[in-house]
Amino acid sequence: MKAAEFDYAKPRTVDEALAILASHEGEVRPIAGGQSLMPMMNFRLAQPDMLMDLNALEELQGIRDEGGFIIIGAMTRYRELECSELIAAHIPLICAALPHIAHAAIRNRGTIGGSIALADPAAEMPALMLALEATITVVSSRGVRRILADEFFLGLYETALADDEIITEIHVPRSKAPAHFAFCELARRHGDYAIVGIAITAQEIMPMRGLRVALFSVSDRPVRAVAIEQALENTSVGDAGAMKLAVQAIGSMAFQDDLNATDKTKLHLVGVLLKRALTELCT
Amino acid sequence: MTAIEEINLTVNGERSTHRVPVRMNLVDFLRNELGLTGSHVGCEHGVCGACTVEVNGACVRGCLMLAVQADGLEVTTIEGLTASGRAGALQAAFHRRNSLQCGFCTPGMLASALEYCERGGAADRAAIREHIAGNYCRCTGYQSIVDAIYEVIAAEEAQ
Ligand SMILES: Cc1cc2nc3c(=O)[nH]c(=O)nc-3n(C[C@H](O)[C@H](O)[C@H](O)COP(=O)(O)OP(=O)(O)OC[C@H]3O[C@@H](n4cnc5c(N)ncnc54)[C@H](O)[C@@H]3O)c2cc1C
Ligand code: FES
Ligand code: FES
Repeated sequence: MKAAEFDYAKPRTVDEALAILASHEGEVRPIAGGQSLMPMMNFRLAQPDMLMDLNALEELQGIRDEGGFIIIGAMTRYRELECSELIAAHIPLICAALPHIAHAAIRNRGTIGGSIALADPAAEMPALMLALEATITVVSSRGVRRILADEFFLGLYETALADDEIITEIHVPRSKAPAHFAFCELARRHGDYAIVGIAITAQEIMPMRGLRVALFSVSDRPVRAVAIEQALENTSVGDAGAMKLAVQAIGSMAFQDDLNATDKTKLHLVGVLLKRALTELCT
Repeated sequence: MTAIEEINLTVNGERSTHRVPVRMNLVDFLRNELGLTGSHVGCEHGVCGACTVEVNGACVRGCLMLAVQADGLEVTTIEGLTASGRAGALQAAFHRRNSLQCGFCTPGMLASALEYCERGGAADRAAIREHIAGNYCRCTGYQSIVDAIYEVIAAEEAQ
């Protein structure tokens, strides 16, 4: 199908964008890469009164290394992340996840900010934000807020973002993007959304310390598996007792069915992925 | 009332100005307004890859971009890739290997394959398959498409 009628605006500055959001009556939807919003509009699942194109906002672009953070503009496309030396050097976890996100033509346009704003429970980027302890900066005409990833994802396609706010950039602490990381996902075909997936970072690995374990496609939002982190803290990979506790911890989490698999299947698969990820983490 | 915007863009090397309804997507614009019917429309939600065209040198889904968003940009369709000869080696290999039957997927498939080759993709069947996973073909079973792409890269590497 084709999208329903809408008005179109392409602000040149963030101030201009915020003024549009603050003053326009009816629903104003920002469009970034359009790789999720355009399908939603073509299906008429989204029928905004106005589409506000973020593609001319230079303030939302670029990746920089500043004050102990890698700062990623919301309009940074997956392709730019793939090609970025800063990302390769400091956040290799992102490089490990990128090939699993959709296909090359979609990665040429899709943005990190769009994926975070959308908050698809099966998407990779939101889970990475949890594992990397990222902070999401949002602005509106009312001011700036910096929201921890842990407090950003609230439910199915639901975030802490208000209607008049846009995401401008993402801060990833360099200390939290260490060399110790693992990323695994299971999907039916390459580029499909995951049936389940896991992203792990650790400050140390022998024994494991400062673990952050994020799961996606298990619930209505990406989740931090604190119980798994606790079960594994200060243990070594291959410690059968700790692994047993970790698998028990998975069992205590509430997973949700989706079109791909039942909660029981997901439970089992997370156990499988956790073992794979821990092996990857320590090699 | 239908919102209309004026756009200036370059399509296959030719600059032009058009007035387009803002809700018109890029592939409909190319086909219906410019008569460039080489780009196809399948699913209209980004899944099949039939609408794949180049925008500023990178493949995109023509159904997931609005024509108005192409203002100031450079678009290359299969007609342009053919005229410039950039896709020539792949087209010849597709022909030789019988990599198309109905041909519906072919323009998009060629654009994706060309991006893989031009980005320095390896003669590696698994990697080629991964790259074209976003382009559906209902006829060939992919084997011969992978053969053709592999052959072009292997021939280039041998030189
Ligand atoms: C065939 C196909 C396969 C895909 N597979 C995957 C996959 O495996 N994994 C995956 O993660 N994704 C997948 N995607 C989705 C893709 O990653 C999208 O690019 C991404 O989800 C959204 O990014 P975008 O820039 O395209 O955002 P858009 O589609 O432009 O926007 C998405 C939502 O975010 C809002 N938004 C965008 N930017 C901002 C901002 N800066 N501030 C506030 N709100 C904003 C929009 O209003 C909209 O509600 C797939 C898409 C397709 C078509
Ligand atoms: S028509 Fe665009 S991807 Fe199918
Ligand atoms: S040749 Fe018919 S769809 Fe590919």
